[in-house]
This record gives sequence, structure tokens and C-alpha cells, in this order.
Amino acid sequence: MDILRFITAGSVDDGKSTLIGRLLYDSKSILIDQMAAIEKQSKNKENGEIDLAILTDGLRAEREQGITIDVAYKYFSTDKRKFIIADAPGHIQYTRNMVTGSSNADLSVILIDARKGVIEQTRRHSIITSLLGIKHVVVAINKMDLVEFSEARYNEIVKDYKSIQKQLGLADVIFIPISALSGDNIVDRSGNMNWYKGESLLHILENVKLNSDVNLFDVRFPVQYVIRPQTEELHDYRGYAGKLSSGIIRKGDKVIVEPAGIRTAIKAIEIGGKEVEEAFAPQSIVVHLDDDVDVSRGDMIVKEDSKPKITQDLEVILCWMDTKPMEVGSKYMIQHNTKQVRCVVKEIDYKLNVNTLEKETGIQSAQLNDVCKVLLKTASPLAIDSYKALRNNGGAILIDETSYVTVGACIIN
Amino acid sequence: MRQMSKYYLNYLDQLESEAIHIMREVAGQFERPALLFSGGKDSITLVRLAEKAFRPGKFPFPLVHIDTGHNFPEALAYRDNLVKELDEKLIVRYVGDTIQRQKLTEPKGKFASRNALQTYTLLETIEEFKFDACIGGARRDEEKARAKERIFSVRDEFGQWDPKRQRPELWNTYNGKIHKGENVRAFPISNWTELDVWNYIKKENISLPSIYFAHERECVVTADNQLVAVSDFIQIDKADTVVKKQVRYRTVGDMTCTAAVESSASNIDDVIKEIIVSKISERGETRIDDQVSEAAMEDRKKGGYF
Repeated sequence: MDILRFITAGSVDDGKSTLIGRLLYDSKSILIDQMAAIEKQSKNKENGEIDLAILTDGLRAEREQGITIDVAYKYFSTDKRKFIIADAPGHIQYTRNMVTGSSNADLSVILIDARKGVIEQTRRHSIITSLLGIKHVVVAINKMDLVEFSEARYNEIVKDYKSIQKQLGLADVIFIPISALSGDNIVDRSGNMNWYKGESLLHILENVKLNSDVNLFDVRFPVQYVIRPQTEELHDYRGYAGKLSSGIIRKGDKVIVEPAGIRTAIKAIEIGGKEVEEAFAPQSIVVHLDDDVDVSRGDMIVKEDSKPKITQDLEVILCWMDTKPMEVGSKYMIQHNTKQVRCVVKEIDYKLNVNTLEKETGIQSAQLNDVCKVLLKTASPLAIDSYKALRNNGGAILIDETSYVTVGACIIN
Repeated sequence: MRQMSKYYLNYLDQLESEAIHIMREVAGQFERPALLFSGGKDSITLVRLAEKAFRPGKFPFPLVHIDTGHNFPEALAYRDNLVKELDEKLIVRYVGDTIQRQKLTEPKGKFASRNALQTYTLLETIEEFKFDACIGGARRDEEKARAKERIFSVRDEFGQWDPKRQRPELWNTYNGKIHKGENVRAFPISNWTELDVWNYIKKENISLPSIYFAHERECVVTADNQLVAVSDFIQIDKADTVVKKQVRYRTVGDMTCTAAVESSASNIDDVIKEIIVSKISERGETRIDDQVSEAAMEDRKKGGYF
């Protein structure tokens, strides 16, 4: 059994909450008391129907306004997998929430209303999915019951979407016609659409192959914490604790501590206090080095055969997440894995229209939810990779130096 | 087949690795962290994760227990024994002391609980020790407000959670920068479900307070048909039905606000079996304090509750 993290970006209108409610309900993850609470609240609303969306709206303000403000996480499991759903609102003013929810997702479920077909929002969700490097996409064409389960309508939408797929270079896209409200093709194949030869949505989610998504080739080990018991019997113990973000390391491997470039070798590896011969991503481990070198939090241990780029100049796609605009010349803290350094915005190359992919140049500032290509200069070198090549070492956040709020997400080029 | 690959982590190992990573981020980013320990299974799980994260070193934080004075004696005995075995520091602060010091009004009534008053003692304790981060065992599957909370949740000087002003939390990058007086609540097992915790306890062979397994107990039957243990902390009236039942606890909170469930599950396998088929959620079945309003947890969190 493993874990699939997926995002459903969309609005209530697309039936997103209904879809999540349906998955939870049909996989028996909604329990009697939760159902009773939903029923009670549904009666408070006017339409009188049971509103599965209530399940996902956790905050009082969301329930009062009938909207989703923030990313909520929902959990369910089947015999095959544990699922973590990041439920993010889909409107343009919530781009930052969608980016946040996408950052940890293995798969993106993009909902299309069969009556409306591919719309601006569909493009936006797909662009964000592609920017955040989500490898698997399920395009769920919903509300098929409202178009008389028409195969022709379905094919038309699939054809439209394929042009987006091509433009964005999305490799793994699966199409499925569903009705979240009535449960068609959600858990079982629907009898209403015998022309559809694929599997049910849950079956797809259970069987998407994830093992090849973990990079086992390029060793990146960001040091989080140094364990030094300094007791009499463990006087010389010095363990570097962290989570291997990619690659496999073995006892005896020659390694380099970046960004200083110090060469040494792995003396020992521990997992949960037990010594092991090798470790692989994403295990949390402790590493001992051959030489008494100076290593601390923020350093990164890598191997000779695949080195990250050591640089102070970063070219990033930046998603701006703060109400206070970002301007050329502004200074921030950048946090890349465990390392935090100061940086300055040197230049805004262009602003990306997340609905059309058009590039707007001559930009001097970025507003909340803007996505821009930006050049950053850091106060000291970082050991980075491009997000496309190595997702786990290609993302960073910007932190406001005085409010300490996370103000931007950087996708390194 | 992915299961056959040598380099494949099953879901419990993935969750464990993620939780250890979060704990080490707390240790790496904060000066004076603490681990909030209640004696319940979730905080017991946190202790095991801390051992995996920091041994053979000492924990970079003390365990802190906010004691309402209404605990199950079995949970307290477990706590003291665990701390001795771990050889780690335990700080206990009592809600009763805060009530006296701050002249707080104790809730009255039949199953009056000090649960909400814990917040006052927690905030006092944070101030006393200048804690800048508190690790807690809250899970997002427990409750709707929790489903929206970050893994690093920033609280203001009054310990308050502002759900509308949460920091975006991307990838596995946790922003723990705070101003003086603020603190962070960090939740390493955010992504675990109740069943995940039980499966982990089984896999790791972690011992638990005995009340998690079936035992005979005298209970009062509440109007909602919940079973509350007979103790000095609850008010028993003549009209009450007192029964003797085989019960176990699904969560361990205060004796005043935690209900028992009827069960004959005397070992962990049987408990897991019962949870898998249970049709009622953990909090719904066992917490008397959550049923007051739809937003009870959200309101408590806004007030500084963990």
C-alpha cells in the first residue's frame, strides 16, 4: 500500500466538492455522525438536498458564504492506497491556494462541466498543473447526466482539451466521463455510458503508477539538524540528520558537501537508530562522514556524478502570494529546502497570463496571484536544480523580511 | 510491480519519514521548542517519532503536560513510566493552579470539563518557558477546522489561530520565522488518520495505557447514550443510570469529557478490527465537548487551543 496525493482544483459549480464528497461517501469514509451533521446543515440551506460540499468547507466563513477559501486536506483509503486530497478553490483570486495545493500533488484531477466544455478555468488549472510539475492528470468530464451521457459531446471536449495538453506538453493525461452527483464512473463503471471503455475514476486513482516518480539517481541530501549527544560514551558521535530528497546513498560513497564543495565519504548511515548499508529517497536518515568536516543545517550532501548548480543567480517562475506587491529591487529571505538566505529581485522578465500563457513584458511589480518570470540574486550561493529536472530541489519560498509571511513560491528554471 | 521494488516505501514508512522530517525542522528552526504530551495515543506516537528523529541524542525539547487534574490515573502512570524509560525531561503544569491564580470560573454542570481552560495553562506555560514552538499530535482527519490548519501553524501573542491569515505552505518547506511573543504549533502527524496511528502503533509495537483496551468499568449513560466513567470529577444524580460494562477508550482526554465505547477488544489487532468497521468518527464517538456547536473546534483554536 502506498500514498497518492492528488489535487482537485475547481469550483463548486464544476461539482468539485460533490466529487470529493462522492469519493469519501462511496469509499465509506464518511461516518454516521458526520453524515448526520451534513444532513442537519443541509436542512439549514434552502434547497433541502443533502449537500456533500459541506464536508469540505471547514471554516465558519466558508460555510456562511458557501465558498471554499483555503486548501483543505481530506483522507480516505481503499485496500490499495491511502489517498490525500488537497481540495483547493479554483477561481482566479485563489491561484495561490491552487499553487499551494499542487506543490505536493502526484496527480491533478481537472474537472470540466460537460455543458460548458473547456473554459478559461480549465486552461488555468492545466497551466498550474504543468508549472508545478504534476506528472499525472485526470481530466474528469463531469455532469454527463446533463448532456444525456452523450459520447459525441464527450469526444468534442476531449478533442478540445488535447490541444491544451499538446501546448503544455502534459505527458500522462487520462480522460473520463463522470457524473459526481449520481455516481457514474466514480467507483464502478457506469451502465449509462457503455461507449466508455476505460476504468472508473477510483480505479484510475488506485492504479496510477507512482514508483517511477521518485528520483533514485541524483543524490540530494539537505542537512536539517546535527545530532551530537556529547555524552561520555558517544563523545565523537556526530550525525547529520535529514530526509533524502532524491537518490540512493550507500556506505562508502564519495560525496561532496555543497555549497562549500568539501569532498568526503559516507562512513555510516542510520535509520531510526539502526545502522544500514544504504538509504533511498524519501527516507529520513542520519549520515556520518569520514572526515571531521564542517557541516551544518542548510548544507547539502550530493554525489560527484550528479552535481546541483551552485549559484547566486536564480531564474525562477514566481507565484506571488501576498497582498503587498513585489517590486524590482525588493529584498526577501529565500528558503530553499533547509537553507535560508537573503535575496533581491533583480528583474521581472515577464508576467505570465495563467489563462492564455501569453507573456506580458515591461512589468515593474507583481500583484497577489500574479505569476512572473523573475531574476533573483542571493546573498550567498545555493545548491539548486531546475524544478523540471528535480522537483524536490527546484522549489523555494520567499519570506517577507519584516512580516515573516510566506509571500512567494519559486519554481526554479 | 511497485511492491517488489527494493526502493519503495510503504505508506506507513512514508508517513513516518514525513513526520520525522517535520520534527527535525522544528529542532532546526526554533530555539525553545516543546512537545505537548497528553498521555493519549497520538502524543505517544509523537514520542516514538522523536526517538527515531533524535536518538542517540537527547530530545531537543522537553515533554510538556497540561494537566487538568481530571486525567485517567492509568494515563498518568503510563506517562511517568515512559518519561523514566526515555530519560527525558517532563514539565507538568496544572490547570487547577491557573484557575486559582487567574481566578477563572470553572464550568459547572453535569459533565463540566476543564478542557477549554487548558488553553489558559498552555499559554501561561508557553510564556513561562518562552517556548517558541509546540509540537502537537493533532491530525487533519479529526475535525473540519483541523483539516485547514498548516503543519507549521503560527499563533499570535495570545496563542490565537487566524484561519484567514495562514501562511501558504508549499512542498516540504516550512516557514517557522516568527516575531517575539508569537509561537508556532507544529503538527507532524497532520496527514495521519486514526487508523494510520493504530497501524503504526502495531507495527512499532508501542505500549499504550491500559484503558485503550477492553476492561470492566462503571459508567454513567448520558442522554446521547454515551458512556462516561464514574469518577470524582463528574456529578452523578439519582436519576442517572449507572452501568457496568466492558469498555475501551478510543481517545484519552479528560475523564469528564471523554466517552468510552463498548468493546471486547483486548489487544491491538482486535482494536484495529473494530475501528475499521466503526461507523462513527473518533471525535464523534468519544468527545462530549465537540458537540456543542458546528464550529466548536474552530472557536477553541482561535482562542489559543492547540
